[in-house]
Amino acid sequence: MAPVVPVASVTTKVAQASKQRSRIAYLLLIPGLGWLAIFFVIPLVTLFMTSLQAESASKPGTYVPGIQFSNYTDALAEYWPQFVRSFVYAGLATAFALVIAYPLAYFIAFKAGNWRSLMLVLVVAPAFASFLLRTYAWKTILADDGPVTSGLNALHLLPDGRILNTGIAVVAGLTYNFLPFMVLPLYASLDKIDYRLIEAGNDLYGSPQQVFRKVTWPLSMPGVVAGTLLTFIPAAGDFINAELLGSTKDKMIGNVIQTNFIEFRDYPTASALSFALMAVILVMVLSYIRRSGTEDLV
Amino acid sequence: MPGGVARKVEDLRLVNLTKQFGGTKAVDDLSITSPAGSFFALLGASGCGKTTTLRMVAGLEDPTHGQIFIGDQDVTELRAFQRPVNTVFQSYALFPHLDIFENVAFGLRRRGVKDVDDQVIAILELVELSALARRKPSQLSGGQQQRVAVARALINQPDVLLLDEPLGALDLKLRRQMQIELKRIQSEVGTTFVHVTHDQEEAMTMADTVAVMNAGRIEQMGHPAEVYELPRTIFVANFLGQSNLIQGMKVSTGDVVEVSANGLGFRIPSKRNVAPGQSIVIGVRPEKIMVLDAHDESKLPAGHNRIYGTVTDVSYTGVSTQYLVETPWGQSIIAFEQNSIVGDRCELGDPVVLGWAPEHTFGLDPAEGLNAGLDHAVLELESDTEA
Repeated sequence: MAPVVPVASVTTKVAQASKQRSRIAYLLLIPGLGWLAIFFVIPLVTLFMTSLQAESASKPGTYVPGIQFSNYTDALAEYWPQFVRSFVYAGLATAFALVIAYPLAYFIAFKAGNWRSLMLVLVVAPAFASFLLRTYAWKTILADDGPVTSGLNALHLLPDGRILNTGIAVVAGLTYNFLPFMVLPLYASLDKIDYRLIEAGNDLYGSPQQVFRKVTWPLSMPGVVAGTLLTFIPAAGDFINAELLGSTKDKMIGNVIQTNFIEFRDYPTASALSFALMAVILVMVLSYIRRSGTEDLV
Repeated sequence: MPGGVARKVEDLRLVNLTKQFGGTKAVDDLSITSPAGSFFALLGASGCGKTTTLRMVAGLEDPTHGQIFIGDQDVTELRAFQRPVNTVFQSYALFPHLDIFENVAFGLRRRGVKDVDDQVIAILELVELSALARRKPSQLSGGQQQRVAVARALINQPDVLLLDEPLGALDLKLRRQMQIELKRIQSEVGTTFVHVTHDQEEAMTMADTVAVMNAGRIEQMGHPAEVYELPRTIFVANFLGQSNLIQGMKVSTGDVVEVSANGLGFRIPSKRNVAPGQSIVIGVRPEKIMVLDAHDESKLPAGHNRIYGTVTDVSYTGVSTQYLVETPWGQSIIAFEQNSIVGDRCELGDPVVLGWAPEHTFGLDPAEGLNAGLDHAVLELESDTEA
């Protein structure tokens, strides 16, 4: 048949073109991969190697390359309370952020109407001021003679009579600082929900509560997962909130790493703690994503 | 329902239903009764208030005034999830995170039915989708999704099933197929169906009763054939099918109204006339008109209304031939002739005589203007060719 020849040549041309396109796609990856290699992979390897260094026998206080796994066990044995506290504080902050952010994001997505853009700007607006400065501001807000503490004391709601320099202040600071990272992904995934699905749920005998549980909540899961990760991960490694708002009894693993690195110059211990923190978070995140089963919703 | 006990079927009554959005009345003092077990179609162009009416019945929109009754129960104050009504949404609104089985079971589960398996399987069989029960909606074609939407609503055995342009997203062939399918399901389950559509052909093929809506009001309501054969307003004459309309004056009244228009005399049985005053618009459907060569005029039965003119366009459409005939006063008359007639078709430029029986003529009130309902119909035609 006559048309066979041109058809065949057309398909090879198409194949060549698509091969060329995929080659261009790989070329586009180079800057990003290069960035990752220099600023992520190499530091990570360095960090891991540092974490295994041993103290020099001839010059105490300096470290030489080695394979000393006891750095890990020693560090964890000494600092496990701060480790655990980090995850407890980060977990609490994430839970509070979710409870505060979900209704807010829901309101912005479904009820705010023309105010939607303004409200989103307001959510992000605090980020225009420095993280450090905002945390200092909380020192004033939660100060012993400040309105919050005196108000709660008048109602006899505070066991220690104060907020600043307690775990409550640290969790409050973490919640506040990472709230936008919870609101934005939640908003994005609630906004994507077709409102007609909620109407369909109502039409099919679902009471508002049932429709929320069976339709809105499951459809917002991608936002919940993204928001909790974006809050939990940085909160677990944070040290500024514990430093400024907590007492010495409220130190988190970030503070320990910082002290070991800057003050004690115990690089292997600091590196081992950093690496262990990353590994633990990675394992937690993976099992969390797998359990929440959001793969086919994203 | 297959295997179910005989159950009561309820009618749907809307009483003085009004919905105001800001300053505009989307639905204006609507009163309709859709008899129990009937297939009722609300037909109108977009923005005529038909969807708003349906949403009020579903409970998704609160009426400004008026009441909604299902059987003897006033449901106006009930919320959507408390009403014995289910909707097949225009976009289907299937839950993307649930599979077909769970989508269909949704209503039963919300009402606390424990064992849903048998019912879900039975209804999926009714819509011929049993094999796809464990698929997600996104894995189904448009026609299959549409059937899931119907099954999801019907399984609850609602007193009234609301269909909001359910076939709008389907291509023409599938739409025809689904029309027949829906009609079959309706006669099988016997539920009262209220169907909202802008597709006049769809409304006519499926419904027992058609209500033509315009600007929030019902223009005319009745059996499709009745509304088509005897439109009572110019809007209906133009919107539902096509009509030739000629402006004239009454000459005499009686059992037969005699009308003079453009120097010609026309006769209409007075029961087919609704024009109250002297001036009148007479109308005739294109397929009622016989097109004859001018010198064959003697073949027209005596007493037929007739118009003389020149053929300006002939299009052969297979089933029929469509003529455009220009009259001496410059109006174009459209006529369809079945291709079953033996003999020559008329040609371009032929002088012809158009004839039709007085019983096929209708008389309308000219007050609303000859173009009422026309631009809508043109728009629908255009959107149909795009689809």
